[in-house]
Amino acid sequence: MRNAFAQELTALAKEESRLVFLSGDIGNKLFDAFKAECPNRFYNCGVAEQNMMGVAAGLAKSGLRPIVYTITPFVTTRCYEQIRVDVCYHNLPVIIAGVGSGLSYATLGPTHHSLEDIAFLRALPEMTVLCPGDAMEVRACLRAALKHSGPVYLRLGKKGEPVIHKEVPKVTIGRALEIQRGKDICLLSTGNILPLAVDAANSLADSRLSVQVFSFHTVKPLDTGVLEEVLAKYPLVVTLEEHGLLGGFGSAVAEWRADHPESKARLLRFGTRDEFMHSNGDQDFARAYFGLTRENICKKIMEVYK
Amino acid sequence: MPFPTLDLTAKTLRGAVVEMSHRAGAPHLASSLSCIDILTVLYWKILRLDPKKPQDPDRDRFILSKGHAAAALYAALAHRGFYPAEDLKKYVVNESRFPEHPPAVGLPGVEAATGSLGHGLPMGLGMALAARILKKKYRVFVLLSDGECNEGSNWEAAMFAAGQKLSNVCVLVDYNKWQATGRSRDILAIHPLDKKWEACGWSTLEIDGHDHSGLTEVLSALPREDGKPTAIIAHTIKGKGISFMEDDNNWHYKIPSVAEVAAAKKELGLI
Repeated sequence: MRNAFAQELTALAKEESRLVFLSGDIGNKLFDAFKAECPNRFYNCGVAEQNMMGVAAGLAKSGLRPIVYTITPFVTTRCYEQIRVDVCYHNLPVIIAGVGSGLSYATLGPTHHSLEDIAFLRALPEMTVLCPGDAMEVRACLRAALKHSGPVYLRLGKKGEPVIHKEVPKVTIGRALEIQRGKDICLLSTGNILPLAVDAANSLADSRLSVQVFSFHTVKPLDTGVLEEVLAKYPLVVTLEEHGLLGGFGSAVAEWRADHPESKARLLRFGTRDEFMHSNGDQDFARAYFGLTRENICKKIMEVYK
Repeated sequence: MPFPTLDLTAKTLRGAVVEMSHRAGAPHLASSLSCIDILTVLYWKILRLDPKKPQDPDRDRFILSKGHAAAALYAALAHRGFYPAEDLKKYVVNESRFPEHPPAVGLPGVEAATGSLGHGLPMGLGMALAARILKKKYRVFVLLSDGECNEGSNWEAAMFAAGQKLSNVCVLVDYNKWQATGRSRDILAIHPLDKKWEACGWSTLEIDGHDHSGLTEVLSALPREDGKPTAIIAHTIKGKGISFMEDDNNWHYKIPSVAEVAAAKKELGLI
C-alpha cells in the first residue's frame, strides 16, 4: 500500500499543481520521485505533528491541497485537536494519510499500533474516513480524496500486502465495492484486512457456505444503501477490521442497525479487544492474538450460522 | 501626540470592548484591553487589506491566536469597515455570528478560528508558506499572548518558520505578564521570552506594546532581517486604558457593572 501511495502521489502531483506534500520526517527515499518532480511542493515538517497539521490547514485555507503523511498514531491522535479545530472546524480539504495502520507495524509495539484511529476520526464533523483494502484501492482512494472538497483521513497499511483487485477499481466515496458474490452470508471488510476477508470467504466456500464480500473503503459516510440491502437479505452479516471493536467500522454498522430495527440480520463483529498488547510479535502474531485469523473467523461464523 | 487619530481609534475600541463585556456578561476584558493598541496599529497602519474584499487572495493575513480577546478583534473589524459597528451589540447573543472566540465561518475578516491556544501560529505559517508556493507578496501577522506561549505547538511552529526562512511572518506577543490564574513568570519559566524566540532563529525585539508610533515604525520595516521571521515581544499592561482595571488580574474574568462601564467611558473621554 505504501509504495502504491507514493507512486500514485507522484502521478497526481503532475496533474494537480495545488498538491503539496507534508511529511513528518518519515519516508526516506520513498518520495524521491515526488521530490524530483516537485521540489517546491515537498516539505519535511520534522517530528512536530501539531505544527504540521496546522500548517496544512493554513495551506488549504490559501487554496492549496495539502497531504499530511506520517505513521498513523502520530498523524491522528498525536495532533487530534489540530485535526478537529484547524482542519474540520474550518472544513478544509486536507488529506491526512496515516501509514502502518492497525497492526501493520506490530513489532514496533503499541506506541505504533493504531486500533482507535477510525473511532477518533469518524467522530469529527466534516471528516471523511477512507480505509482502502489493498494497493489498488489505495490508488483509487487517493484520487477520490484529492477531488473531495473537505477533510479526508486515508488509512494506509504497510508495503507488500496481498493485492485483491486485478486493476484499479472505480471508487466513489461512500459506495462500498463488491468483491465477490454469495447467497448465504455477507462479509463486510474495511481496510488492510481485506485479503483475510477473501481468504476466510474461500475457506467457508469449502464448507459449502456461499459468502458475499464487500470492501467498505469508506467508513464515513457509510454506504447505507448496501447496509440496508444486506441486513435485509442475509441472516448473518459479519464485519471485519484491523481496529478496535470499540468505535470502529463494526461499531458504525451496529449504530446504523440500532437506528433501523427492521433489519433482521444477526450482526457479528471481528476486531481487536479493548486492550494494549503486552506480548510482542509481528503482524500475523498480533492478528492471532486478537483472534483475527482465517481459522478463528471461520469457526465463529460457523458457530453462529448454525 | 504623533498619531492623534490612532489614539482616538484605540479609545473607541476600548470603549466598545468594555460595553461588549458588560452587555454579554463575557469575560476576558483585560486580555482584550491589553492588545487594543497593537490591533489599532495593525488594522489602521500596517495591514494591506480592503474590508470590501475580505477574501482577496493578495491581502495580508492577521490571526488573533489569543482568541479569548475576540471582542477586541470584533471591534477592530467593525470599526475598520468589515461590518457595521452596530453589529457588535450581537456579541454572544443567541443565533448571532459572534461567539466568545473567533468562529471558522460567517464573519468577514476572521482568518482563523482560535480560542484553543497554540493554533494560530501553525495555521499562519501554512498561509505564509502558501504565499511562497503561489508567488504572492502578502504577509502574515499572528498575535499570541504570553500565557499562550505555554503551548508546545508554538515552539514546533517557531522552529519550522525559521527552518523554512519564512520572513513574511511576524509574531507579536502581547506580553502583559499575566495568565488566567497568576503571573506568567510564576507558572512556567517564560523569562527570558525574547531569547527563546531568538534561539529558535527569529529576528526578535522588545517594544512598548502601547506605543503607536514605536509599533508603527517597527511594523513598517519588515522583515527586520533577510530570511528570518520576526518576533516582537510587546510589553503591555493587562486592562490597559482603564485605570481601575490596569494590571489587576481579577479583570481576566470579572464583568463590569453599569457604574464601571460609565467610569471607564468617562476616563476614555467617550462620554
